[in-house]
Amino acid sequence: MIETITRVAPSRMRRQRIEDVLFRSITRAFAVGVLSLLGAVMVALAIGSGPAVRAFGFGFLTSEAWNPVKDLFGALPAVYGTLVTSFVAMVVAVPVALGIAVFLTELCPPMMRRPIGILIELLAAIPSIIYGIWGLFVLAPVLQATVQPFLIATLGEVPGLGVLFAGPPLGLGILTAGFILAVMILPFIAAVTRDVFMTVPAVLRESAYAVGATTSEVIRDIVLPYTRVGVVGAAMLGLGRALGETMAVTFVIGNAHRIQASLLAPGTTISASLANEFTEAVGDLYTSALIELGFILFVITFIVLAAAKLMLMRIEEHAAK
Amino acid sequence: MTVYARRRATNAVILTLSLAATAFGLVILFLILWSLLKNGVPALSGDLFAKTTPPPGSSGGLLNAIYGSVVMTACATLAGTPIGILTGTFLAEYGRGSRLAPVVRFVNDILLSAPSIVIGLFVYQVMVVPMGNFSAWAGSAALAIIVIPVVVRTTEDMLTLVPAGLREAAIALGAPQWKVVVKVIYRAALQGMLTGVMLAIARIAGETAPLLFTALSNQFWSSNMNAPMGNLPVVIFQFAMSPYADWQLLAWGGALLITFTILILNIIARLLASWSSFSR
Repeated sequence: MIETITRVAPSRMRRQRIEDVLFRSITRAFAVGVLSLLGAVMVALAIGSGPAVRAFGFGFLTSEAWNPVKDLFGALPAVYGTLVTSFVAMVVAVPVALGIAVFLTELCPPMMRRPIGILIELLAAIPSIIYGIWGLFVLAPVLQATVQPFLIATLGEVPGLGVLFAGPPLGLGILTAGFILAVMILPFIAAVTRDVFMTVPAVLRESAYAVGATTSEVIRDIVLPYTRVGVVGAAMLGLGRALGETMAVTFVIGNAHRIQASLLAPGTTISASLANEFTEAVGDLYTSALIELGFILFVITFIVLAAAKLMLMRIEEHAAK
Repeated sequence: MTVYARRRATNAVILTLSLAATAFGLVILFLILWSLLKNGVPALSGDLFAKTTPPPGSSGGLLNAIYGSVVMTACATLAGTPIGILTGTFLAEYGRGSRLAPVVRFVNDILLSAPSIVIGLFVYQVMVVPMGNFSAWAGSAALAIIVIPVVVRTTEDMLTLVPAGLREAAIALGAPQWKVVVKVIYRAALQGMLTGVMLAIARIAGETAPLLFTALSNQFWSSNMNAPMGNLPVVIFQFAMSPYADWQLLAWGGALLITFTILILNIIARLLASWSSFSR
């Protein structure tokens, strides 16, 4: 019966409408806040690096000097170390991560998929500082005693390539840092690659198997071509992580503001320089030079991560179709 | 060798390599956990939780560092979670058709992987410099900035998993949209959102880089939020890099403590997620 329906008082209706608009605006305001956080970081770092920019200009990027006493600073050794350690990390991590993704999607019994996937992802949960302490006390001595002398004796003798493996086995250095970074980014690349592999339509996979392809042929000729963009995106995501990783690298890189061709030599990265020197930096120019290093790091990682995100978005759209 | 044999051989090699890659990852995980247990367990004693960080050569524990870590993690979670949930709500509930939402989602994903040391630099610039000193507040702020993107991401994911039927039923009863969100959707997605918060706590519990130049550290007991405060990650960093054996032992003890806390948080979070009513 129509008459018995209680009617909502107009004033209450109005109040609810206002509350609705209010709630919506609040959530939107916070969303805008998160957005402006990125801008705020950029602006704050740009302002902080002002004195160094004025003092060194573009020369900062190409100078190898790092002399706090004379107030001479250059970014090149740190940028070089950042790029080289990340490159070493990618060379090790990408093939291994691909292997893990292949294992989890094609080879692993379905029962074991989740547990093994979770264990691999737990590698990503271990904090950076734990990798650092493990790298310093456990891994570096092992590398120094076994792997590095072996590399010096074999690859070190190869003409051309030998430059990369020259010098004494110190244990600490660019190679060790790169290896630790590889282990740290491995779970990120593996997890994303696995998810990307899952987007391959079962029909494609099954028809390849039906005409007699082996598993490795299915991966090479069906899965990889279909997911190429996503796999590159996953690798770039790992690269973005590796570039900015701090504590683990600080422990094992040896902290030397020098550029040496040998991967066994100590070096430094942007983040390691910041972690080591920032609180001890005396003088505005020293602090400012370090902030400019941080700014450079942020810009590089932003570009890499944005590219990774765009690639992964493409594969998502692909999967949605 | 026939073509078939060769193809089968290639296949066997590739699959063995993928098996080896997985074994490599698992072996490293167990090696790290094993080293932590081997070196950290000897440091576990009553003193670890009862005494403050010692000068080299005398006995002590990590009490002030544990306290600092717990306080700053709690402050950061309390500050970052509401911001993250509201932003995630905007993306999931009001984001459709809005031009703002994809941009926010994109930036949030970048913040999720942005180097945490840069967040430390940022907070140094906007809080430590104006305030004139390192402080636990600044440390909490840096950690809160790391919490936000994690919570945004999981909140959005979990809210979109809530079946449309629930939403429509509530709207059909005449509930205003904010009530639908707060009283129906949040309640339905509660477990998932909790998962996000726990993952965020696990993430910041071991973060060192953003604390280095915000909270700094403090060798002594301090509960003053406006002063430098001891915290586990930075103490581990300082003690592990030191030449003193007793400091290194404490560093291993702290490392064991942090890692197992984080692993347990992660496992609980995953269990919560798999129990939640709507799975992926």
